Amino acid sequence: MDWQQVAAQLFPGGHEIAEADQFLSGSAQVDGKPVAVIGTTGHTPIGIEIALAQAQAILKTVQRYPGRPILILVDTQGQRLRHRDEMLGINSYMAHLGKCVDLARRQGHTVIGLVYDQALSGGFITSGLIASACYALPQATIRVMGLPAMARITKVPEKRLTELAKDNPVFAPGPENYLRMGGLHGIWDGDLANALVRALATATTDDQRMALGLARGGRLLAHPVAQAVRVGSDVRAA
Amino acid sequence: MSSYLELTARQRIPAMFDAGSFEEFLPPSMRIVSPHLAQLDAAVSFDDGVVVGRGTLGGQLVFGAAQEGGFMGGAVGEVHGAKLVGMLQRAIDERAHAVLLLLESGGVRLHEANAGLIAVSEVMRAMLDVRAAGIPVVAVVGGANGCFGGMGIAARCANTVIMSEEGRLAMSGPEVIETANGVEEFDSRDRALVWRTTGGKHRYLLGDCQVLVDDDVGAMRAAALDAIAAIAPGQAQLTVDGLLAEQAMLERRLRDTQGMSEPMDVWKGLGVPDPAQVPMLEPAAFLALAAQHRATPHTGER
Amino acid sequence: METLNYRFEAGQRPLRGMPQLVGVVGSGNLEIMIEPAPLKGACEIEVRTAAVGFGATWQAVMADFHARWSLADARISINDMGATPAVVSLRLDQAAESLTDPSPAGGTP
Repeated sequence: MDWQQVAAQLFPGGHEIAEADQFLSGSAQVDGKPVAVIGTTGHTPIGIEIALAQAQAILKTVQRYPGRPILILVDTQGQRLRHRDEMLGINSYMAHLGKCVDLARRQGHTVIGLVYDQALSGGFITSGLIASACYALPQATIRVMGLPAMARITKVPEKRLTELAKDNPVFAPGPENYLRMGGLHGIWDGDLANALVRALATATTDDQRMALGLARGGRLLAHPVAQAVRVGSDVRAA
Repeated sequence: MSSYLELTARQRIPAMFDAGSFEEFLPPSMRIVSPHLAQLDAAVSFDDGVVVGRGTLGGQLVFGAAQEGGFMGGAVGEVHGAKLVGMLQRAIDERAHAVLLLLESGGVRLHEANAGLIAVSEVMRAMLDVRAAGIPVVAVVGGANGCFGGMGIAARCANTVIMSEEGRLAMSGPEVIETANGVEEFDSRDRALVWRTTGGKHRYLLGDCQVLVDDDVGAMRAAALDAIAAIAPGQAQLTVDGLLAEQAMLERRLRDTQGMSEPMDVWKGLGVPDPAQVPMLEPAAFLALAAQHRATPHTGER
Repeated sequence: METLNYRFEAGQRPLRGMPQLVGVVGSGNLEIMIEPAPLKGACEIEVRTAAVGFGATWQAVMADFHARWSLADARISINDMGATPAVVSLRLDQAAESLTDPSPAGGTP
């Protein structure tokens, strides 16, 4: 689904979102109230410029529109893999974006992430994954790294990784795996506008993903381990 | 002189804290290992590659963690990440004076893929929760494996980053870039280039690392103490003004380096007279030079 | 992965103190956890190794270790990623030293 189709479904009453160089920004109305929208399209890689542009849009929203909810539309092939980005500290640009999203959330802006097409690691970790809650469309794919590079680094043969990526919940890129692990709060199918209204209404301020992962059976150790460390007890595994 | 780089995580962390004060949470004797490595025939570690706990630093209650770069490159899996998050949450519960993170990591543990990615994002969020509670977070990057991936991002969510020249801080490793875009894009075997691009001296000149010290545990410890003391009570959290200043710094960096692809050109742009000498400079000489030219971390001004 | 178990009866030297961990599970390396355990005087060793098919070598290394130390009521747990016999023996000695040293051991595992 391209971003205009997603936006049309999210905002049946229309929107004022513009695209420039695969960077989306603007606003729309949800339930009669304005929502800021930022994001990316075209499976764009996230380089330092687009990370900065997203961060700037978030900061402007915080400064000009206190309390306005923010929707982050995610479609990216991940961080840009170029020497120049590393030289200039893309990790800092990403961290800056993440901190802006975090600040917005703490200042009372509900931030909802929506993976509407692709999301990969670095393009996702400081946007959708640091929002109040993150959702995805059923046909979205979420992955950590391309298989050839993954094979090179892990020394696990690419053939084996491809096999695992088919149906192993830890490796398969389907949003249902992320949902089960608690990484996503839900998958939106059908009435996207309504789903967004509900997401904005039900978002919490604390990070519940470990508890979700345990309750849904996708990550059985994370919550018990964190709890055991936190309170100084034994790990009560599920 | 006791090299920080050569120590294991388990040796580093008690050496950073006041002698005998460090106590470990969920020690290896509890055998909480990764549930995901067996399916890839990969060996587990009893502490899943991270030591978490608390102790005193200069007599103050400080919580901390040390990642073991020798195990899975220090990368974050489900258990590893959960230990970090639990420690960070406990630091808030117990009103720690500060949190000290000895980071050495490739980022998301690829062997645990989806679980690892979510784990790293939870660690980042928890670090920012600690700061929001008014508790400073100090990251030390000085291990042989560097600090990459999602942890390279997390490091820059800390209040202060302390590095040694030997440390590396970045997002994607050279091998990943070379695999994706070829050896001309980034020759991962050109060690000098790797360090010019991601090493401590470069990050210090750029303003991404606020403190540069010798590869020495004593120096690291002293720097951590100073870094914590430098953050006034209630000054640890993110603020709009702080992020606006960071935005300005990052915008300026982008403007000032238009068209540059070689780190020495970036240093030249900062006013360093003989960039080729930078990697060779002894620590004291380098710091003196950097004092005149480095981009100021918080405002980007020189 | 392969799991190997060994048990040596009638050890002489007891262990004293908290569980200790030596080594790192990196390529060509291993970690060893050693702790006191009520085993009727025996020493039990469990090895989980990524290098499959070296049972005979492990047997020899363990037998030598027991001949050197003859630990009693000791549990040793190993995660191995292809360490050589020399490295294994070195780490085993380090582990045994950590809990049989007559001077009080400080700090935590």
